[in-house]
Amino acid sequence: MQTDAPPAHESLKGWPPPALDPAGPFAAPLNSLTWGLLAMTAAVLLVVVVAVALALFAPRAWRRKLGGERLVWIAGLAFPVVVLSALLVWGLSLTNRLSEPPRPGELRIRVTGEMWWWRVGYLDASGREAFQDANEIHIPTGRPVALELESTDVIHSLWIPRLNGKLDMIPGRRNILRIQADKAGEYGAQCAEFCGGPHALMALVVVAHAPADYEAWKARQAAPAAPAPAHTAGKAVFDRAGCGACHAIRGTDANGLAGPDLTHVGSRRTLGAGVLPNNQGTLAGWIGDSQAIKPGNRMPAYPVLKGQELRDLSAYLESLK
Amino acid sequence: MIGLAGATLVACADKSVPPRQLAGADAARGLKLIQAEGCGACHRIPGVKWPRGAVGGPLDDLSTQALIAGRFPNRPDVMIAWLRDAPAMSPDTAMPASGLTQDQARDVAAYLYSLDAD
Repeated sequence: MQTDAPPAHESLKGWPPPALDPAGPFAAPLNSLTWGLLAMTAAVLLVVVVAVALALFAPRAWRRKLGGERLVWIAGLAFPVVVLSALLVWGLSLTNRLSEPPRPGELRIRVTGEMWWWRVGYLDASGREAFQDANEIHIPTGRPVALELESTDVIHSLWIPRLNGKLDMIPGRRNILRIQADKAGEYGAQCAEFCGGPHALMALVVVAHAPADYEAWKARQAAPAAPAPAHTAGKAVFDRAGCGACHAIRGTDANGLAGPDLTHVGSRRTLGAGVLPNNQGTLAGWIGDSQAIKPGNRMPAYPVLKGQELRDLSAYLESLK
Repeated sequence: MIGLAGATLVACADKSVPPRQLAGADAARGLKLIQAEGCGACHRIPGVKWPRGAVGGPLDDLSTQALIAGRFPNRPDVMIAWLRDAPAMSPDTAMPASGLTQDQARDVAAYLYSLDAD
């Protein structure tokens, strides 16, 4: 039964991300480069294998030619210099515009790698953070977006295979990764630099919206959480358990900065940095014992919560759309 | 009821007895639903490699278990009701109502009953 089962992440759209399937103008040149390099190295390998075969088995006259000085100069020196230089120039010309600094008026999103999740800040025209979200990057289709990559702890690497190549997130530095999606949809991403413990469970989803939908999404996200009169019990559990020490819910007293902003956590596609479907049940399981799901993550298990408290709390969080 | 109780007793004595059957239910679709819903966030479930949650009980040998949640008879109809809306049966459970339809819950129950403790 295990064989015809879908991957556990089928509900996590776009994950695991397919490589070599570009969906925008920044991934396409990398795709060409990958195939070009592969074709070139395959051709060189073939030539070398043929030369070795000739050296071993060919008639004496052929072998003498193969050992001649002229062939060494041409095939051993001139050929590699020309081919490798050409590949280098081609590669640089394809990739040199991928990491230019943000241009005025360009959409900027700051993505900070933290052990083991992504803090995502949407910057306004002046470069100030308008609001914060986590573990999802929302972009409009059809225009380039500059991702400012940072890290607060160790080196992470953001890899959205269908939109661009990998780029490291290095403490104390700001690297620019430019992405553009031509079609609306969901594009999986993954931390591509081992960052300790649950590194393999540090995923992310890029959601590309049609421009009008993107503006609507942005307006909803920038707003504080709506009052939740139907969930006063769950809100009370949130306050009592001290969740606000690490998590912020804008519009309430919760203003913690250590963990993901939960203002609109119910609207996210995934939970635990791209690893679980997001619904009341998985929220309850995550809060109750996230250590069983993602061992080593910074959120402790909460076995102190009673069944109904856990249910109320997860219902409240799920309602934060 | 007597037949079911008898089947349970026999099942305890002989693991080769076929598990509870649900006519027309699709256990394979049940597993897909389990993965899409993320039941593994709380439960350890054979066939789900990850996650293997530790908030609810493991479901390895549900087909031979006498009670659901330690308090309700382990019958298909009870199981389906529990899967759809556990809090309606047990107000202090942590398990939320799932939003599964009757047919979907039947498929999930069929998968859970297809699990053999061995």
